[in-house]
Amino acid sequence: MVESRTPLRWRAWALQALLVLVVAALVYAAAANAAQKLAKQGIVAGFGFLGRGAGFDIGQHLIPYAAATATYLDAFWVGLLNTLLVSALAIGLATLIGFTLGIARRAPNVLARTLAATYVETIRNVPLLLQLLVWYVAVRKALPGPADPAHLGSGAFLSQRGLFLPRPDLSGWGWLVPGAVGVGILATLVLVRLRRRAVEAGRRPLPVLVPGIVLVVGSGPLVGIGLALAGHPVAIAWPARGPYDIEGGLAILPEFAALLIGLSVYSAAFIAEIVRAGLDSVARGQGEAAAALALSRGQALRLVILPQALRVIVPPLTSQYLNITKNSSLAVLIGYPDLVHVFMGTVLNQTNQAVEVVALTMAVYLTISLVTAFAMNRYNARVVGPAR
Amino acid sequence: MRIPFAPLLGAAVLTVLTLAAPQARAEGTLAQVKARGHLVCGVSGGVAGFSMPDGQGRWRGLDVDFCRALAAAIFDDPERVRFIPQSSAARFTALQSGEIDVLARNTTWTLSRDTAAMNFPVITFYDGQGFLVRKALGITSVKQLDRATVCLQQGTTTELNLADWFRTRGLSYRVVTFANSEQALGAYESGRCDAYSTDKSSLYGERLKTARPDDHVILDEAISKEPFAPGVRQGDDQWRDLVAWTHYAMIDAEEAGITQANVVALRKEGLSPDVRRILGLEGRYGEGLGLTVDWADRIVRHVGNYGDAFARNLGEGTPLKIPRGLNALWTQGGLQYGPPIR
Repeated sequence: MVESRTPLRWRAWALQALLVLVVAALVYAAAANAAQKLAKQGIVAGFGFLGRGAGFDIGQHLIPYAAATATYLDAFWVGLLNTLLVSALAIGLATLIGFTLGIARRAPNVLARTLAATYVETIRNVPLLLQLLVWYVAVRKALPGPADPAHLGSGAFLSQRGLFLPRPDLSGWGWLVPGAVGVGILATLVLVRLRRRAVEAGRRPLPVLVPGIVLVVGSGPLVGIGLALAGHPVAIAWPARGPYDIEGGLAILPEFAALLIGLSVYSAAFIAEIVRAGLDSVARGQGEAAAALALSRGQALRLVILPQALRVIVPPLTSQYLNITKNSSLAVLIGYPDLVHVFMGTVLNQTNQAVEVVALTMAVYLTISLVTAFAMNRYNARVVGPAR
Repeated sequence: MRIPFAPLLGAAVLTVLTLAAPQARAEGTLAQVKARGHLVCGVSGGVAGFSMPDGQGRWRGLDVDFCRALAAAIFDDPERVRFIPQSSAARFTALQSGEIDVLARNTTWTLSRDTAAMNFPVITFYDGQGFLVRKALGITSVKQLDRATVCLQQGTTTELNLADWFRTRGLSYRVVTFANSEQALGAYESGRCDAYSTDKSSLYGERLKTARPDDHVILDEAISKEPFAPGVRQGDDQWRDLVAWTHYAMIDAEEAGITQANVVALRKEGLSPDVRRILGLEGRYGEGLGLTVDWADRIVRHVGNYGDAFARNLGEGTPLKIPRGLNALWTQGGLQYGPPIR
């Protein structure tokens, strides 16, 4: 037995080594070929172009960006942040809708079940591209024109050009307001953790829901009022009519809104199915046992069924999150300046540095995906718990 | 909707081609075209008067006619062309990768494009960037667009001109860019933007595409110089000369009074020396380009002179009604000037 195994193992090693050599040779040949071709066409390879002036404007930027001074690297960051913004918000929103729908599909209420099933079957069977166009073209067209925007009250306006909201001026003392909200969120997380400890230790848990809401929602206005009393009132930029459009305040552009809603609504249908599958994977007896222990339906779901279902839910959920990030590149179709739109569109065209731009874009999506997968795998390890 | 992933695809194609293709181009473009039996021409595919398929699916336009003229000079057959529509984002990579032989896609000749990616042998059309606005706004000058929202197609010089123009005048604007012109025009028409900006020559056609063309006007002002030139790959002088002289032949023919209608008759009469040289009755000029002596005669016979092509595709007799303007012959106050064929 031992004599016959050794040559086999040696052969396996040799084959693998050969494969590695072949791959390395291919990569080298491809790189050398590309370098030679680029040199022949007079294209200067490398990432030096990133420092050159961009000269074009971008409709939405989370960091300061002006055509006069910005470089291609700035344009890259603007595009990347826009991608991250819409992806992160879409992941949150899709998870919320998806879990609600998935749980509704297993609810005792017939109406809830039917509605959730109809949603899933309709939405997941229509291409995302089409849905984005419906949101961007059809829904936007139904909104009032820029000449007579709808006043939603509290200084908010809605028109074809977007949703315009009052924006607190966060310079000077103003940054304390978002700071307070951040502290509120952190404090709530600590409360949740304390509550779990208390439950696990068999002590009487403190209430979390009401204090949490107060901390998260109330901290901002509270600090705002405090600052006003202290003589540093937070200025609010109110949206107002300009010659063409509403100006000032916080503008939520229709391109962003359409992409966010489209991505969330579409991905929620898949997440709902994943959640339903997860719930179905938990043995019936678990629910019955929870009921026998006098847990309410909500408690049974939250404390008994969902924790077990998560083991089935999290891995495919991770794939959905990765899909959302990658699908956000469909932004090019509706004019949302995401990374692909700005970098692979305008910058690639202005600079002709195709290899570098494509490589960098691919690397970015790969990094985002790997980071998401890493975080989700960590979470998965937690929900799976110790092996049993 | 057409070619939604054009930038992505084009770039991917280039990447794959540069990485994977073995030594593809050892010989010149002309030799390849002759061996292949047809010319491959990159066009826009959506600009009325320059390149657009008509109701029967036949390509029409000034850029299309330029490619037909090139094919006529090479093969004595203007139909030996394959037209491949290119998005503005994918066009340069298509040329660099060898997918097309010549890019006749109302492309603006700029220094950075000239040095980075390709050569521009000759200016075939002089244009400038303009604005399409709703008539109801009552606007007459671009300056009145201060603080307005402008829709445009991304990845073109349009974006840069707009930023420069507004900035130097201390005016502001908001921009929404789209991957192709249909989306940009659609967004403008549906009310997303106050103005739609692109080259003036395209605006004439874009205006006709709107549901009610009479509700929209093209502002007189142009905010940039947009010299349109066909593009060829760097490092192929013979092909570059051929592309340049195809245009010059059409200009010189117009100046000499040789038209598609009278070229056959003129050839029999064979009067003035410059007409004789253009038609190849005197000298062996076409051979220097790698063609036959009657190369220019073929162009005019099959496609016509520059004026013929302009009138057929853009002029007063077409729905576009674009004035000759800068594109008149130099003898008539325009900029079109052909070096002598001799």
